[in-house]
Formats: sequence, C-alpha cells, structure tokens
Amino acid sequence: MHGRVKVKSTAQQEEEKRKGREKKLKVYLTVRDAIFSKRSNGELDEEALQFTQQLLCSNPDFATLWNYRREILLHLETVKEEDEIQKLYEAELFFIETCLKMNPKSYGSWHHRGWVSSRLPRPDWTRELSLCDRCLSLDDRNFHCWDYRRLVVKASGVPVDQELQFTDRLIGSNFSNYSSWHYRSTLLPLLHPEPGSEPASPCRKQNNTHTSPTASPQTHSHRVCEEQLLKEYELVQNAFFTDPNDQSAWFYYRWLLGRAEREELISCVYVSREGERVAVAFSKPVNALTEGLMLVLDGQQQQRVEWRSAHPRFRHSPVWLCELPPGSVSDINNEHNLTVHWMEKHTHRDCALYTGRPESWCRDSATDQELFRSELSVEKTSVLQSELQSCTQLLELEPQNKWCLLTIVLLMRALDPLGHEKETLAHFQTLKEVDPMRSSYYSDLCSKFMIENTILKMEYAEVRVFSLSDKNLSTLCHLDQLLLVTHINLSSNQLVRFPPQFSMLQCLEVLEADDNAIGNLEGLYHLPKLEEVSLKNNRILYATKQSCSIPAASQIMCNYFHFLLVIYFYCVALHASC
Amino acid sequence: MRGKDFYKGGVGCECRFKAETQRRNSVFLHVQAGVKWWCVSGYNPAVEDPPSVKWPGLTESVIAAACSRVGQRVLHLDRRNYYAGNWASFTLNGLLSWIEEYKKSPDDQTDVEQEWREKIEEGEEVLTLNSVDSTISNLEVFTYASEEPEEEEEVKATSVGTQNSSGPDDTTPDKDDDEEHQHQEPENEQTPETQEEPENEPQPEPVPEVKKKITYAKLIKEGRRFNIDLVSKLLYSRGLLVDLLIKSNVSRYAEFKNLSRILTCRNGKIEQVPCSRADVFGSKQLSMVEKRMLMKFLTFCLDFEQHPEEFQDFSQKPFWDYLRSRSLTENLQHFVFSSIAMVDQETLTEEGLRATQHFLRCLGRYGNTPFLFPLYGLGEIPQCFCRMCAVFGGIYCLRHSVQCLVNMVKAVIDTHGQRISCSHLVVEDGYIRDEQRTRSRFSERCIYYNFSPCMQISLVTVPPLDSSSPAVRMVELSSSSMTCMPGTYLVHLTCSSVGSAREDLEPVISKLFYVPSSPGEEPAPGCEEEQKPVTLWIMFFNMRDSSGLDPSCYTLPTNVHVCTGPDASLGNDYSITLAESVFRQLLPDEEFCPPAPNPEDIIYDGDGTQTEGAAFQEAGDALGTSAAGEEEEEEPQENDQSEESSEPAASSESAAQDSTNESEVPETPPTLE
Repeated sequence: MHGRVKVKSTAQQEEEKRKGREKKLKVYLTVRDAIFSKRSNGELDEEALQFTQQLLCSNPDFATLWNYRREILLHLETVKEEDEIQKLYEAELFFIETCLKMNPKSYGSWHHRGWVSSRLPRPDWTRELSLCDRCLSLDDRNFHCWDYRRLVVKASGVPVDQELQFTDRLIGSNFSNYSSWHYRSTLLPLLHPEPGSEPASPCRKQNNTHTSPTASPQTHSHRVCEEQLLKEYELVQNAFFTDPNDQSAWFYYRWLLGRAEREELISCVYVSREGERVAVAFSKPVNALTEGLMLVLDGQQQQRVEWRSAHPRFRHSPVWLCELPPGSVSDINNEHNLTVHWMEKHTHRDCALYTGRPESWCRDSATDQELFRSELSVEKTSVLQSELQSCTQLLELEPQNKWCLLTIVLLMRALDPLGHEKETLAHFQTLKEVDPMRSSYYSDLCSKFMIENTILKMEYAEVRVFSLSDKNLSTLCHLDQLLLVTHINLSSNQLVRFPPQFSMLQCLEVLEADDNAIGNLEGLYHLPKLEEVSLKNNRILYATKQSCSIPAASQIMCNYFHFLLVIYFYCVALHASC
Repeated sequence: MRGKDFYKGGVGCECRFKAETQRRNSVFLHVQAGVKWWCVSGYNPAVEDPPSVKWPGLTESVIAAACSRVGQRVLHLDRRNYYAGNWASFTLNGLLSWIEEYKKSPDDQTDVEQEWREKIEEGEEVLTLNSVDSTISNLEVFTYASEEPEEEEEVKATSVGTQNSSGPDDTTPDKDDDEEHQHQEPENEQTPETQEEPENEPQPEPVPEVKKKITYAKLIKEGRRFNIDLVSKLLYSRGLLVDLLIKSNVSRYAEFKNLSRILTCRNGKIEQVPCSRADVFGSKQLSMVEKRMLMKFLTFCLDFEQHPEEFQDFSQKPFWDYLRSRSLTENLQHFVFSSIAMVDQETLTEEGLRATQHFLRCLGRYGNTPFLFPLYGLGEIPQCFCRMCAVFGGIYCLRHSVQCLVNMVKAVIDTHGQRISCSHLVVEDGYIRDEQRTRSRFSERCIYYNFSPCMQISLVTVPPLDSSSPAVRMVELSSSSMTCMPGTYLVHLTCSSVGSAREDLEPVISKLFYVPSSPGEEPAPGCEEEQKPVTLWIMFFNMRDSSGLDPSCYTLPTNVHVCTGPDASLGNDYSITLAESVFRQLLPDEEFCPPAPNPEDIIYDGDGTQTEGAAFQEAGDALGTSAAGEEEEEEPQENDQSEESSEPAASSESAAQDSTNESEVPETPPTLE
C-alpha cells in the first residue's frame, strides 16, 4: 500500500463535520439571544446590524431579524448624512445578494431587497435589473424574482418594448414558463393596443399598469391589435406543436383567443300580476342591496320595496326579486310601466305590463348577448376558423392530447355551438378516455355546453319549454337564463341534486326529472309557481327535516322516510313558503 | 530549477500556460544538454513495485493516472518533445516545427543499436520497437494569408482587392500556378525565422472591430494564441470521458465551454440543427407540423427500448431505412441522420437509435447542446490526466523513447541505451513494428479564416457531396475557445478517408470557404464568394485510425498492452473504455480512477514539514534526487502580455502564495533526462 496518499476516513470526516456543526449551532444560538436582548432594549445600533447579518447569512428566512434590521436602518436614516445612508443601503444590497445565494427563494430577502431599493437615495436600477436577469437565468420560474423585477421595471421606467423583448428571450430559452407568458399578456395591450379601443395611457411607463380602472365597462383596454395577435398565435403555436403537453402555452393561447368580459347590464325584467312581484336578472351575480337597485313603477320610485335574492343563501345572485305593494299591479285592465335602475353601473331596463296580460317581461336573449361564446368570442370568425384548422392538424398528429382536444372544443363553441354539437360530444368522449382523472370535469363542462345549446334552441323556437332529457347531464347551470321557463324536462340524466340556483326558475310550473340519481328535494323550495313534479326512479334517500308547507299532501305518492331506490314521486305540489 | 521548468512545461499545469509549453521545453532541454543525472538503477525492482511504462495519448494518460492514483509507480516516456502524441495541441509555431519534424523524420534510425545490445543479458529475447511515427501521412500545407510584411496590415480588408501582396521575398512561391486554385507552399521556406523580426517590435493590439487584413506574418506573430489539435473531438456531456473527469476530480484541471450551436450543410446552405426543445421551438425553417413530428420522434428515441414494437421490423436493416419509414419529412430525416445520430448508411437501426438517444441524453446537462469543448484545445485532456498521474508520483520523460523490449517484458531499453526494468508496458500502437494495421484512416486538417459574425463554437455536419465522398464533420472554434487569435476561426474538418485528406476535403472547403487563388487575394466585391469566410492557412493530413484493431492481433508479450491512437468518432468513449479495460488487466482488484482527495483531507506524515510535495517524496527519494525546495508553483499568469516579456526562469520564481485549487496540489517535479 505504499506510495499512496493517506486520506482521512469517512468516519473521521463525519466526526469533523458533526463537530463543526455543533460549534456553528452554539454560535448561532448565542448570537440570536444577543439580538433579541438588544431588540428588547431598543438598541438600534450598527452592532445589531452586524449580528443580524451574521445570522441571516446562514438563515435568510428569519423574518424577525429582517424586521429588526429595518427598524435599525430607519433609525440610522434619521441620524446619518445622505452619502452615508447611500453607502449603508448599498452594503445592505450586497449583503442581501449573499442571502439570495443561500436561498434564492427566500421571501424575507426579496422583500427586504424591495424595501431597500425603495429607500436608497440614488438607486442603481440597471444593476438591479441585471441581478434579476442573472437570477432568472439560473431559475426562470423563480416568482420572487419576477415580482421584484416588476418592481424594478416600474421604478426605473424600462420601456415596454424592451420588456417584451425580454419575455421573447426567456420564452425562447424555455417556453415552459407561466411567468413569461403572463408578463407578455400584460405588455401586449400596452404596446399594441387595439385601434379604436382606448390606447394605453402614455404615462403608463411611469406609474405602470392598473392604476386607472377603465372608465367605461364597454371598453376593455386589454385588447391587442390584430396584426400583433397573429404573430402571437404563431409564437404560441410553435410552443404547443413542439410540446403539446406543456400547459403554459395552452393557457396563454386561451388568453389570446378570448379575453371578452361580459358587459354588466340588466338582462331581464319580469313582472307578474298574480304574484305581484318583479324578478330582475343581471348579467353576473350582484348584491342588489349594495349596488343601488331602484324600481320605478309608472314614474314613481318605489322606496319601500325590499329586494331579496332568489335563494336566501345567496348574497350575490344573478336574480333578484321584490314584492310590489299589494294591489299596485293586480288590476288586469291597467297598463303599467316598470323601470329598474342599476345606479352603480348607470344602466336600466324598462318593462311594460300591458292590459289583459297576466305577466310581462323584457330581456336580452342569450343569443343577442352571444352569451355562450364569451369565453372565446372576441376574435373574428376567420381567425378562429384558421386556429381551429391548426389545432385540428395537431390533433391528427396527437389524437390523444387533451389540451388540443379541449381547445378544439372551445373553438368550435365560439364558432358555431349548434353546428359543431356532434363533434363536440365526440371530443368529450375522447377526453374522458384519455384523461380519466378529470372525467367529472369534462362531464360538467359537457353538461354546461348542452344546456347552452338547449337554451339557444329554445330561444330560436321562442318557447318557454326547456327539454333536456337523455343528455348525460351531470350538473345544471345557466339557470338564471331560465327565469321565464314554465316547463322543464330533465329526465334520464345523471343529476344527483337540484342546485340552490334552481330557485331562479321563478316561472317554473312543471318539472320532470325521472330516471336521475337525485337524492333530495332541496332546491325546489323556493319556486312560487311549481305545480307538478315527477321524480320517478331516483335515489331519494331522505327528505329534509326542514318542514315546508305542503298543502296538497294527498297527492304525494312517495314515502319520505324510506330507504328507496325506486321512488314514485308524483305530482308534488309545493307551495313556496317564503 | 530545471525540474520546475520541466514540470511546468510538461504536465499541463494550468491550461492557461499552454501557450508556453513548447518554448519551456526547449529551454529546459537546452539547459540539460549533456547532463546525465538520472540513472535507471534508481528503480529497484526487488524493493519497489516495478513501474509501468507508458506513452501518453489520451488512453495512456488515463491508464497512467489510474495506476498512479492507486499507488502504482508509473514512468511515462515519449519520444516526442511534446505530450499527448496524436492527441496533442500545438501553437501555430509549434505546429510548423512539428510539420518540419515530420518531413525529415524518416532518417536517424540506425546506429545506436550496438549501444544497447550490450545491456541485454544472456538469454534474453529482444523485441525491437518502431522508432518512426507512421500514423500521419499525406501531410500538405497551404498558405493563403497575404505574405506582405506585417507593417502593411493596416490595409482594410474592405479595400478593393488590389493585388497587394508584397514583392517576392525569399518565401514567395510560384504565384502563377493557375490551373490549381491553391498552390503549395514549400513548408521549409516559411519557417518562422524569416518573419521573426517584426514579431518583437511592440505592436498595438488589433482592435477586433476593425476588419484588418490578417497577414501570414501576423499569424506567426500571434502564433501562440493558437492551440491546434491534431484530432478534432468533442466531449459528450454524458459521455464516459466527462463522467470520468468528474469522478476522478481531474476536471479541476481544465475548463470547458458548451458548444453553442450545431449546424448542418444542406443544399449548399448552412442551417441550424434543431435538437433541443428550445431549438425546435425557435426554429424558423421547420413548419409547425415538422416540429411536432421531430419532437415526437426524438421523444420516442429517448426511451426507445420501452417500445420495441416500433423498430423491431427494422432491427436488421439500416437506420436510414428506418428513418424513411417513419413519418418524418426529408428535412427531418436529414437532421436526425447526419446531425443528431451522426451515423452512416450502414449503421443498423438499433445502433442509430442508441446514438440518437445518447445525443439527446447529453442535452441540457451543461446547456442547449450536448457537447463540451475544453478551453485551449483537446490536448488539454491528456495533460490533465498526466497531471493527475504526476500528483500521485508518476514520472514523465519527453524525447525519450524505447528501442526495444527485453524478455517478455522484464525491462526496456531506452533511446539513450539505458535499461529500465518494468512489470507492465503500455504502448501506443504506433510503436509496434511489423504488425498489421491501416484498416481505416481519417483525415483532417485545420483552416483558419476570419471575418465571421459571432463568437461561437459550432459543430457542422456536412453530408456526402456525392455518393463516393465521405460525410465530413467540421468543428468551428472561435477565439473564445482559446484556440485561435481574435478575428480568426479555427476550423477542423474530419472524415473517414477515401483518398488523401486533400482529395477528400477540398470539395467541401471550396464549397464553404473562399480560397484565394493567390495569397492575400480578396474575393471580388459583390460576388457570392464574398459572403464566405476567407481561408488563411490549410493543413491536410491523414491520421491512421487503428481503433478497429483487435488487441489480440498483436503478437506481443502478455504484459505489453497496446493502446490505439485517436479513433474517428466524435466522442471519446472508445479511448476511455479501452483505458478502463487495460487498467482492469493490469490491476484487476483496484478501483478505476477513484476521486482524488481534497487537499485538506490529505494526512501528511512528517507533520512538521508539511510539504506540499509529500506525494512525491517517495518518488523523489527513489530517484536519488532531492525534491526538497522545489515545491514552488507557478503563479497563474495572465496569458497575453506577459507571454512576451516573462522568461521562463523569471516567471517560475514566484513563491507558493496564492490558494487556488491548483496551488494545493503537490507539485514536486520529477525530472529526468
């Protein structure tokens, strides 16, 4: 064995390491105690800075110490010259860099860096930017660094186009980066605003985005001009053709395709003489109690009406109800004019109740609003069409790719929901097979689309009958659109319950829901006009203990308290208790 | 003193000193002339483990390092005055003298035989070794750089191509040899000496931005900035060599750069090969659908073993046929075949898939390409292993060769007639006489040219221009790789030879480069030639590739182990595998290149002295030389300016003071001559 270099054994090395660690711990604890006692004594001196620095170097996530440091620095600011302060904070920045090397994702360090940068008398933003770039080149998904970078960009006024180039670069080196894509989505509307829409304010560079909410709800400034959009489509297609399983690109793609926000308006006003009530539907859930909802009947503001949501559980609801003063509309020979004002949004809707009519309504149909396309609605048809072609091409190569399938479904919905219904259903079937983990999600989504289609068909037919039997529905939605429906058929689906939103069907008289898996009758309690319910072959295991008045009890052919797999539940007339 | 110089010159210290290697050696040899201080009897086979004797190429260096690391005595001999044999890198000036040497080598082979005959004892058999290196052939050199004196170099390259070559001086060749595009330079006439004068005059450093015409004199003057490898290879980032460098800690002796791009020549155009995810994403020449096809195929290749059904039908067929059967466009087939798998028409499917897989697995370890290149040239790598060997007591001896082996093999007799006892002999293939050889050869040459846009290190694959010509692999090195002077590029072209190197490569060169018809001539403005890089200097040669030879085909004693020279492939796996298998034969029970310990983990015996040279003490003692007082180490010099001024003697005075990694390694110089 001669001739060999003698080397310490592993055990020796371990022992040495252990001893080293013990020693370190001892020092650490001593310093920590010293710091705490200094802090409780209110000592804000440089020695404390030194101590905390020592500890933070090895453990940058000790938030209390960062706070203490800030206290000290704030104090020193008051007693030092500007040059000294500059030096002090520069040293602080340097020190934070060592902490970041220790833990590049330390919340405390990054936050402190932001704080120091904002206190620095003469900040060197170029240096900070290059620090961020360096960090991001090591880990391009470090969101702490992204956050800090945004702060630096904002403070130093980096031109938007440079920032866009920056995202180009990062996406080029690794397109699997949500932060870069997202950053792009905030930059593009600033750099290439859609002509016609309000151009981004030129002062954006200084006070940056999101400072001024857009004045009118109609103009959404986060639209991008078409020329640039086409470039973006190409870029993002490059990404998902290269790796269709990477979802970051798909998310960005969906953002590109659909950024429409629904206009906020009153979509429907309904008035009934018999019930002496008004129902108002909004384009999105609102809290009418705080939004300044005002009812004007025949020119007179109704001060005393009380608004309540369709279901007592909802504080925000798309449908709100109110009782009119008794006798105010009950005479069938009178004509009445109703106006509902939504003060906060400066919008209103009129409704005339003509002579001889028991009820009346005024509404925008879902078709008018292009409601169900809103997710991907804003793009021009030609663009959507060519995007659909690209995706179909990808699907031919990757028939199992769920992102592609899903995007195709969305594009088809945006283009022609009824025309593509059959293909859509087939794609959902494939989706459930290739991604069984999310099959329930796909079922729900498919149900949603089926309901939308049925609503459209119903509106085209101008009827108040909603029939959706045997469509594999797993959930119910868009019920606010069914405010006027009187007959609904939900038989032979996979529904397990009536959601609370079911109470929005204020005009519902007949409900058929045979052959489902409905477990209880919650959801049916607040329907004022309901007369017939058919629930054959469901799974009603118990009826709620909550008592509700059932005047026509003789008609009930079911046993509430049995363990039943098959129930004949026929003609339950429920009178809303209210 | 002499020892230090020797060591520094020889064992590759820090790669930064590379440029000085040649000169140092010559200084040392001069000093040593006639001094015979080393004596073979210093080895006492009865007491010591007898040494293994080797010649250094990459394989030999690795074996030497591995043996030395586990405590074996190693004596490293080389008949050349440089390290690493055919793996060596040269400065331009070094290369010129190498060429000269090559031209005149086939003479002195005779006389000394009688001298060593008397060392042979009664009844011992003798096996004579080859003393002439026959691995290089067809060497040809051409110069295209303007030969005007350097003073005139201010002429802008953009100035219209006036015939501005200087008047005929003693080196001017016949200029009107028109039927040939090039014309040959008589190498002997262009020796550095004729141009030496201007070299020592202080010249302002060229500003890289200004397109200055690069003259031959300028090249010679800046010759030390070149590190021209005889073989052109790259390191696969997950290849055996990289693994070994990491495992053994030898990597600390060298620096590497990631190759920045992989190009291919297709339809006369140079295109970037999309091989990584980011490349495919960013590629402009692929359609969306092609991107998907390519990614799909590459993803499949990554774990092709899991899907045997995909390629089983082709297992006995060539990879090329398999590619054509896949849903890939012609473009993609080309990329995969010639730039990613880098295989030839005969390669079978599974091997092609494996090559593709290897390439892909190497991606992303150090960057977006799968290759590393060692700064200062590939010749660094053998030197790093030599250094490792020396750190653990290996002894190096240049210009010192073996003439014959004695008696299966108990000893060897060197070129000075000395007898050296040994237990094993590892020898490069080139030393073996009278054996079958020359199965295949590969050719290669270097060009440099200037005025190329970016600082990159690139690999370019050029598919066969016609059915009879070979596929050519081209490695383009910018000055950032420390292998050439700023403003120039060093380009290595390698292919399996069909004819001579020049015959094989000239078509490719004329296709991709502008080759002036007379030295210094400019391409006519506006013509397509103007876009091409300008050739300054070309060397063609063929190098024998003996890697295909089966070790058993040598009729040699069992303790003689033959290492082949560089093989033709791009990676180094062949040499490393060979090194490991030889090591296993030598020392079946020892670990191959265990990690070198950190300096702080080394326990020194005589604690009082704590010399850094502890590892060498023994070796030094055994040699009867004192190592004490010679542990000074080289101070890292900043390469450029100091080169000119610092004489070897002066620079070596620096005391052991800084604490770089290298400084902690024992550096006692074992000196021989």
